[in-house]
Amino acid sequence: MALLQISEPGEATAPHGHRLAAGIDLGTTHSLVASVRSGVAATLPDGEGRHLLHSVVRYLETGEHQVGATALRQAASDPLNTIISVKRFMGRGVEDVKSLGSVLPYEFVASESGMPLIRTAAGDRSPVQVSADILAELRQRAEQTLGDELTGVVITVPAYFDDAQRQATRDAGRLAGLNVLRLLNEPTAAAVAYGLDRGSDGIIAVYDLGGGTFDISILRLSQGVFEVMATAGDTALGGDDMDRAIAAWVMQQAGVADDPAHAMQRRLLLAACAAKESLTDGDQVELAVALENGTQWQGTLTRKTMDELIESLVRKTLGPCRRALRDADLNAADLREVVMVGGSTRVLKVRTLVGEFFGRRPLVDIDPDRVVAIGAAIQADILAGNKPEESMLLLDVIPLSLGVETMGGLTEKIIPRNTTLPASRAQEFTTYKDGQTAMALHVVQGERELVEDCRSLARFELRDMPPMTAGAARIRVTYQVDADGLLSVTAEEQTSGVQAHIEVKPSYGLSDNEIESMLRDSMDHAEDDVKARRLREQQVQADRVLEALQAALQQDADSFLSSEERNAIEQAAAKLAVLRNGNNAREIKVAIEKLESVSEVYVDRRMNANIREAMAGHTVDEFK
Amino acid sequence: MLKMHAGAAKALTFRDVLIHPSLPPNLTQNYFELFSLPQQYAVERSDLDVRYRKLQHTVHPDRFVTAGDQERRVSMQQATHINEAYQVLKDPLRRGRYLLELRGHAIEDQQTTHQDAEFLMQQIELREALGDIRRQDDPLQALDRLAREVQAQYRALESALAQALDAGEETEQAVSLVLKMQYFMRLQSEVQELEADLEDELD
Repeated sequence: MALLQISEPGEATAPHGHRLAAGIDLGTTHSLVASVRSGVAATLPDGEGRHLLHSVVRYLETGEHQVGATALRQAASDPLNTIISVKRFMGRGVEDVKSLGSVLPYEFVASESGMPLIRTAAGDRSPVQVSADILAELRQRAEQTLGDELTGVVITVPAYFDDAQRQATRDAGRLAGLNVLRLLNEPTAAAVAYGLDRGSDGIIAVYDLGGGTFDISILRLSQGVFEVMATAGDTALGGDDMDRAIAAWVMQQAGVADDPAHAMQRRLLLAACAAKESLTDGDQVELAVALENGTQWQGTLTRKTMDELIESLVRKTLGPCRRALRDADLNAADLREVVMVGGSTRVLKVRTLVGEFFGRRPLVDIDPDRVVAIGAAIQADILAGNKPEESMLLLDVIPLSLGVETMGGLTEKIIPRNTTLPASRAQEFTTYKDGQTAMALHVVQGERELVEDCRSLARFELRDMPPMTAGAARIRVTYQVDADGLLSVTAEEQTSGVQAHIEVKPSYGLSDNEIESMLRDSMDHAEDDVKARRLREQQVQADRVLEALQAALQQDADSFLSSEERNAIEQAAAKLAVLRNGNNAREIKVAIEKLESVSEVYVDRRMNANIREAMAGHTVDEFK
Repeated sequence: MLKMHAGAAKALTFRDVLIHPSLPPNLTQNYFELFSLPQQYAVERSDLDVRYRKLQHTVHPDRFVTAGDQERRVSMQQATHINEAYQVLKDPLRRGRYLLELRGHAIEDQQTTHQDAEFLMQQIELREALGDIRRQDDPLQALDRLAREVQAQYRALESALAQALDAGEETEQAVSLVLKMQYFMRLQSEVQELEADLEDELD
C-alpha cells in the first residue's frame, strides 16, 4: 500500500473503514457497474432489476437528457438526438468519424480542438460529454444502491485503445464527477474475474468481441500477478458489424434502396440485432420490418444464412489472434484457457471458429456481458485499499507503439508495443540552425511506417531554448507512459539545464481548461458551489497527506531523517495544517506541493528501503 | 544522421536514441544490484521472474493510487526503472551488452565486428536462404526450418558468451560474440517479419 500510509491494525488511520469503490464497464452498446459487497463482486441492477444500461443518450429540446432504455425506445423516432455507440467516437477526429461512413445518422460539427461535436436538440455534445452522461447514470445507481458516495472507480477500456481514446475515457470520468483510480483493460478485467475464482497459474487468452471493438489478449497468471504478454485487436470490428451485414441482407431481400432514411436505417439495425440474438438459441427466425412506403416486409433468416453473412467478419478476428500469439512467442497449445468476453461471443459461429482456432472449448461460465465489470470491481476494491493483504498485481503493456515523426513523414518508434507499463524512453535532439530557440515534435501511435497511417496524438513545441550554435544544444525529450497507458512528455536542454517549455496540442483531446469549463457548465450550480467543491477537494487531499506523513514520521523518522530534515518537514506540515482550516483552496494546494517537495528525500529513502527489504530474502549467496 | 521533419523554419537533427530511460538521481543502482543478483552473465530465468514480481509488488503505482502526487511520481519512476532493468536482464543479448558496458566496454550501435571470413560466409548463406523462402514449395515450412537453425546458432553464441564473461573474463572475445549475436538478432527479426507476412497472406 501507499508508502506514507501506514495501516497498522490498532491505529485506525482510515476514518471510514471500508471505502466504497466500483468497477465500470463503459461499453459500446451497453454499460454496467459492479461492486464488491461482503467479499462478493456483483453487478448492480437499476430499480427495475436491469443490470445492463444501454449506452444510449437522448438529448431533448428542454436541455434535459435521458439515458438507457428510455432513450433507446426513441431511437427510431428521434435518431438525430439519440446517441448510440458513442464509444466509437471517443478520442477520434472529425475525419475519422466521417470515415465510419454513411451508417451514422448524426450531424457532426468540428470543434476548435478538432474533436467532433454531435449536433443535438439540447446543443452540441462531444463524445466525452455523452460518455460522461452514461457514467453519471451508473454513478447514481451505485451510490443509491451502496448508500454513500463512491471514493473511486476503475473504468475499463479495450486493450487496443490508443492514448487519445484512453485520455477521452479518463476525461469522461472526471466530467461525471468520478475519482478514476485506474483505467483497466477489458480483457485483463475478465481474467481477474476468472483468475481469482480459480486461483491456478498458467497462460490464458481472452477473446473479447463486443458491440464495436475486438480485442485478443494473452496473459500470464503467476502467484497473483497478471502479466499481459501481448495484445492485438481491431477498434472498429464488433457485433454492430454483424447487425449491419444482416441489415444489408434484409435490404436486399426487401428491395430497399441503398441509402435509406435515418429512421429506416435504425429500424433495420434493430431488427437485425434482434434476429441475431434469437439465433443463438433457434435455427431460424421470422423478421418483420416496416418499410418507408407503409408496407411491411416479412421474411425468414436461418442460422445457416446468418453464419454465411458473418463468417468473414468473425474470421477477421483470427488474424489478430495469430499476431498476439506470435508476439507472446507462444503456440495455441501453450494456453491453459480461452476466456470469452462480450455479448457477441454468444453467437455460436464465433464460439465454433474460436474453438477451432485455439483447439479447445472456450470458457463461458461467467456471463460474458458482466465479466468485465466484475473484474473491474475486484480491482477497484483492492486499489481503494480495502484488502491490504491482497497480493494481486496487474502488469499491463502498451498496446500500440509510440513514435515520433522524422524526415519524410516516417515514424521513428520510441516505445514498442507490448512494453510493460509504466515505461519511459528519452531521446536527444540538437538544433539545426544557429540561434534556434524552438522546435516542433509530432508524437504518433501505431505500427505503420508512414506517419499518415498512424494516429496523431499530439504536437509539441519546445520553446525558450537557449540560443546556441547549430548542433551545440542537447535537448533531451523524455516520454513517460503511466500504468493507465497515458503519455506525458518533458524536455530539458542538457548543457544549460534550461527546462524548455512544452506546448501540447493534443490532436483530438480536451485541454484541462476545457474540462474545467465543461465541469462548470455541467453542474447547474452557481460559481460559489464550484469554489466550495474545489476547497473541499483540497482539504481532503491535505488531510490525506498530513495523516500519512504523521504516521510515517512516528514509525521511522529517526532512521531516515536528520533532525534538520525532520524540522523542515514538520514546519511545512504545520503550515499546511493551519491553511487547511482556512478557505483558500489555492493556498492549500501550494502548501501541499511545498510539503511534498520538502519530504521528497524522505519518500525516496523509504521507497529504496522497501525495495531492499523486498529483495532481503534473496541474497546474492543463493547463487553460489 | 537523420533529419526530423518539422517544418521549414524549425527543422532539427536527430542525434541519438538512448537505450536507457532518464533516471532520477536516486536510482543509481545498476540493474544487477537492483535485483540483488551477482554481476555475472548467468541468470536463472525463473528466479529473475520471482524477483521482478516482488519488486513490482513493492513499488507499482497500483499500490499508491490513494497516495499524494509526489509519492505516485516516485512509485512510477521506480516501477519504470524496474521494468527497464527486467527487459535488459532477461534478454541474453541486452544483458551481455549491459554487462560489458559495466565493465567499461560499451558497444556503440553502429559498431561492426572484424568478422572472420567463415562467419561472413555463414551470414550470406543464411540471408540467401531467407531470400529464397517464397520460392519454396511450402514457404512456411521452409521458413520454420531456417528459424530453427538461426535459433540454434544464437543459442550456441549465448553459451559461448556466458563462458567468455563468467569463466574467462575474455572481454575482447565477449565483444565479438555480442556483435555476432546482434547479426543473428536482426536476422531473426527478419525471419519473424516474413513469417508474419506469410501468415497474414493466408488470412
